[in-house]
Amino acid sequence: MSPDAPTASLRAKIRKIVTFVEETRTEMGKTVNPPTRRAAAVAVIDNPFAGQFVEDLSDLMAIGEELGELLTQKAVAALGIAGPSAESYGKAAAVGENGEIEHAAAILHPKLGTPVRRVLGKGAALIPSSKKRGGLGVVLDIPLGHKDAAFVRSHFDGMEVRINDAPRPNEIMVAIAVTDSGRPLPRVGGLTKDQIKGEDGLR
Amino acid sequence: MPEVLIRKKLISVEEIFHEGGAPVAKPLRRAAALVVIHNPYARNYVETIEGFMDDLKPLGLEMAKSLVAALGGDPKAIEGYGKGAIVGAAGEVEHGALWHAPGGYAMREVLGGAKAIVASTKKVGGPGTRLDVPITHINASYVRSHFDAMEVGISDAPRADEIVLALVMTTGSRVHARVGGLKASEIKGEDGLR
Repeated sequence: MSPDAPTASLRAKIRKIVTFVEETRTEMGKTVNPPTRRAAAVAVIDNPFAGQFVEDLSDLMAIGEELGELLTQKAVAALGIAGPSAESYGKAAAVGENGEIEHAAAILHPKLGTPVRRVLGKGAALIPSSKKRGGLGVVLDIPLGHKDAAFVRSHFDGMEVRINDAPRPNEIMVAIAVTDSGRPLPRVGGLTKDQIKGEDGLR
Repeated sequence: MPEVLIRKKLISVEEIFHEGGAPVAKPLRRAAALVVIHNPYARNYVETIEGFMDDLKPLGLEMAKSLVAALGGDPKAIEGYGKGAIVGAAGEVEHGALWHAPGGYAMREVLGGAKAIVASTKKVGGPGTRLDVPITHINASYVRSHFDAMEVGISDAPRADEIVLALVMTTGSRVHARVGGLKASEIKGEDGLR
């Protein structure tokens, strides 16, 4: 699916998609060279199970799978990089007030990761995640970690996103963040990216 | 004149498919470019500040071009625009007014001479302040379908001695516009109003 592909064929009913690209050039007056860059792509979708308890959440899992591909493509395109050049990633969801937190879990956890990793070439590390229930304009902090080795300390980070008119009570916001870099001026030690073995997703 | 010192940039793009009605054939796209700069006049009252408008011109052009690129690259696809500024705590709202000329003229230049005044707003605020940037049609301010606004902001800006500069462009009317008034197809295009 290309980032510009029509969304009508998708199982998810998408109201809007918002992308954010942030580029940091200086911090405390010190130049960040090259600038650190990170992108988030966020879809606002109908929650098919709003207002009712539904035991079988497999429809949301399928929606997670298609959004995993679509949103990762969007984020990578927004950064203008090839998927394998991405360094860190994260995911998050915010469920509107008529849904339950388990709906976010169904989208994020069972099936979303595989297409994310396919777009990014690899991704041995766990995709860090967060979820919440909230009203319109709720702030979503997407955790970030290195995609091939979770312990790379320079890449522990978070990206805040919010959309003033979402999620409505019967909607869910689904977000994927991708970077081509770590924090602006990392200097707290720990595993560095040039030391990655990349075997177990941790180091 | 002071140098324009940039800390960070943020580009956000919204694609809107529907808002409860039938999904539209061509999704509405709205983009915002935000740039966080150092406020050279923070912490002191400075009488003469006009010169900084010229210094901001190249940044305005860069931001306007980045918006056109974020919306697909064709200036002819742009139908609405707006601008705004958020001044950090150690500055004054007058510093935000420095953005009127360089922000507005940059967008008109990049769009090939848009006629309507660029709607704008500004305020003083802390990090994470949200700004509702007003949007109107680029050639006729009274086109009712294109009256819109886009909320923008950055969680860690503006710091006290910073300014967040904002430009916004859109590719069309509100997604289910149906409250009448002047239509884009009825624009005479003489005075920038109708």
